[in-house]
Amino acid sequence: MSSAVDPLLVLVLLMNFLPLGTSRLRAAINATALQGVLLGVLTVLVHGGLAPRPALVAASVVAIKGAFIPWLLHRALRDASIRRETEPYVSFVASLLLGALALGAAVLFTDRLPLAPEHRGSLLVPASLATVLTGFLLLCTRRKAITQVVGYLVLENGVFIMGLTLHDAMPSLVEVGVLLDLLVATFVIGIVIGHLNRALASQDVASLDALKE
Amino acid sequence: MSVWLVLTAIALTATSGLPGLLCPRETRAFERLCTALLTLGAACAAASSVGALARRGGAALSAPWPVPGGHLAVEVDALAAVFVLQIAVLTALGAWYGLGYWPQRERAANGRKLRAFYGVVTAGMLLLTVARSAVLFLVGWESMALAAFVLVSTEDERPEVREVGYLYLLSTRFATLCLFAMFALLGAASGTLDLRGWGAAMASPARDAIFALGLCGFGLKAGVMPLHVWLPGAHANAPSHVSAVMSGVLIKTGVYGLVRLTAACAAPPPWWGYALVALGVLSAVLGVGFALAQHDLKRLLAYHSVENIGIILLGLGVAVLGRSTGHPALVALGLAGALLHVWNHGLFKALLFLSAGAVLYATGTRELDRLGGLWRAMPRTGLAFLVGSVAICGLPPLNGLVSELLVYLGLFRLGSGGRGPWLAGALAAPALALAGALALACFVKVFGVVFLGSPRSSAAEGAREAGPLLLLPMALLAGGCAVVGLGAPLLAPALDAAVRAWAPEVSAPTLARVAPLGPVSAASAALLAALAFAAALLGPLIRAAPRAQGTWDCGYAAPTARMQYTASSFAELLVGLFAWALRPTEQLPSLQGPFPTRASYHSHVPDAVLDRVLRPVFELIYRVFESLRPIHRGSIHLYILYILGTLVALLFWR
Repeated sequence: MSSAVDPLLVLVLLMNFLPLGTSRLRAAINATALQGVLLGVLTVLVHGGLAPRPALVAASVVAIKGAFIPWLLHRALRDASIRRETEPYVSFVASLLLGALALGAAVLFTDRLPLAPEHRGSLLVPASLATVLTGFLLLCTRRKAITQVVGYLVLENGVFIMGLTLHDAMPSLVEVGVLLDLLVATFVIGIVIGHLNRALASQDVASLDALKE
Repeated sequence: MSVWLVLTAIALTATSGLPGLLCPRETRAFERLCTALLTLGAACAAASSVGALARRGGAALSAPWPVPGGHLAVEVDALAAVFVLQIAVLTALGAWYGLGYWPQRERAANGRKLRAFYGVVTAGMLLLTVARSAVLFLVGWESMALAAFVLVSTEDERPEVREVGYLYLLSTRFATLCLFAMFALLGAASGTLDLRGWGAAMASPARDAIFALGLCGFGLKAGVMPLHVWLPGAHANAPSHVSAVMSGVLIKTGVYGLVRLTAACAAPPPWWGYALVALGVLSAVLGVGFALAQHDLKRLLAYHSVENIGIILLGLGVAVLGRSTGHPALVALGLAGALLHVWNHGLFKALLFLSAGAVLYATGTRELDRLGGLWRAMPRTGLAFLVGSVAICGLPPLNGLVSELLVYLGLFRLGSGGRGPWLAGALAAPALALAGALALACFVKVFGVVFLGSPRSSAAEGAREAGPLLLLPMALLAGGCAVVGLGAPLLAPALDAAVRAWAPEVSAPTLARVAPLGPVSAASAALLAALAFAAALLGPLIRAAPRAQGTWDCGYAAPTARMQYTASSFAELLVGLFAWALRPTEQLPSLQGPFPTRASYHSHVPDAVLDRVLRPVFELIYRVFESLRPIHRGSIHLYILYILGTLVALLFWR
């Protein structure tokens, strides 16, 4: 495992805080895009070299998470002509604090896990947990459908980092499969956003409450 | 050869309904094609089973199958052949009957669905009887159970049909749950999912749990007394030929499961036998008790299925007790009695349901108190019903006598001698006698109310005799009842083969040595000859007698046809004796003054287990879960918060 892994993971963690702390949706999308690119680089570094299969996985991660999905989201933003997340359930400052708490909890919890020796000093596991928790935070506290997608992407990135620890055990096919799932899910959510816009003239997910039986 | 025949039969019957689904609903030719395919399949299955019974050896086939824990293992041994033969005969006769009873030109809405799933039920039953791997067994079991749900709810536009269909679905799901647990335990204890390798599991401490789960799962399907809740409604509301197949063979798959399960255990603990005998007594006595109290013709017959399953369980219990205490004669009598009663009950109960269906077809009602006097309009149907009634009451000269006699002999042998489990035999034999006497009273009531007297409604008055398509299967079944009754000694070798397949390590004596089958059949034949002679003698006198004669009308000025004994009044005394279990509810009329006004009387016997135990329990559960409703608010954010909370709690647990 390369020594550049941990600094890159710190960058990934920093990118978690941007969607939590900003109301500007473009910035939030760009942060996840950058996170996606970092994950692609991490895949190569962790697998230790440019063997064909990890390289293929890394390339598709960068292409899908770093370019294609953000492009879709930017387009959706333009079509819906919204720029900012307004009135989140939890304020941006409080979200940042919660994000910091989540990071701390992740580090604390990692110490209690029975990890394999080669993962003991590494940031992989805490970064993964912190990213998953951040994704959940975004999903719970934001109202706009676009931010929900961003939260979902961050959550998935966390799962992907956890997958990196298993690079020996897990075939790349699984990772590619997960990637495909993500793409499909984003499409589906995109369609839902479109319908929300048309039917309710708003992108507020809370208006879905009316669908309760 | 046997195996390939039965596999062909499964394929043919499973696909027999497909032509119907491919045809537009206006065409009628497909129903004959469906029936022909099903009959062909049934003929293959029957040939296979007769071959297996005659050869006295099984035929097996194994093949790999890329399903976890699964391999394709199929075997037709004598035990399976007993059930395969019955399935083949009854489903084919039911399909012919269906041509006249549920013709596409009258039932365009659901005729194709009914035929398609009728084939699937048949194939599922055949598959589960010959399957020797647990996965294959469950595939057959589930196809049968789920397709039967569609058959029960054929007329799903009626609310009561939907209700009983739903109840059946719930029950069968629960039964399957028990079976999954049972197979998992069996597989873990023996290390194989092949049914033939389960002798090992039966020596492990898990065997009692396995038996209890099997008793629950298979007992639910068979309709054993406290687990029978789905049975009366489903049998009453399904189309009559489906009721006949369900009562005749489908519930017997539960018996087959119990027989197969107990076959695996060479030295069963005695409590298995006691449990089977106790459940048998409960089902036999209370089944007929509930039957007595019914006003609905098909519902009444359904409760008699519970009674007869009780008799079958008694036989099986005797066999298990004989095996655990080492009495070969008990094994032979008990198991042969149980298996022969499986056949016999299939014959006479299908006959009864088919003739009840003919009555329903002609009058449009199942209400006993709307019928009456049908003997004049429908003498052939009446004769079929009479034959079925005599058979089900265990009277000579028909088949019910033979199998009940075997069970009685087993119980007497168990009860006499004062050794081992004698008390079970000493208590169960009188209980069986009680059930038999009550069954006789019940069928006197039904036959009297439906066929004798004068018509109680215009529907009964306008009834016409059923057509040949309905009468032919009934005639064949009635003939079958007589053949088994008179030719019992000829069937003994087949039953011996089944007994040997069930308990190969016991050197059970042949039936001919432990039961007087020959003399019984001879006596039956003599009785039949005497009856024929008397009929020939009295026939001219009867024909010469005046057709319509008024009875003494107690001085009423204008009696109506409703002033006859009703189903309730006939059974009132006996229902009163069983009031502790049946809990009848009555609305008595209040008559006051010398000129009382119009009043009405109504009596009803709800199913004790369903309405007094299960319904309150489930309502309580529903109320408990109702209190969880506030956390279900419909907000996506809140739901994600629940997930987050669970995740964090799990991370920091411990």
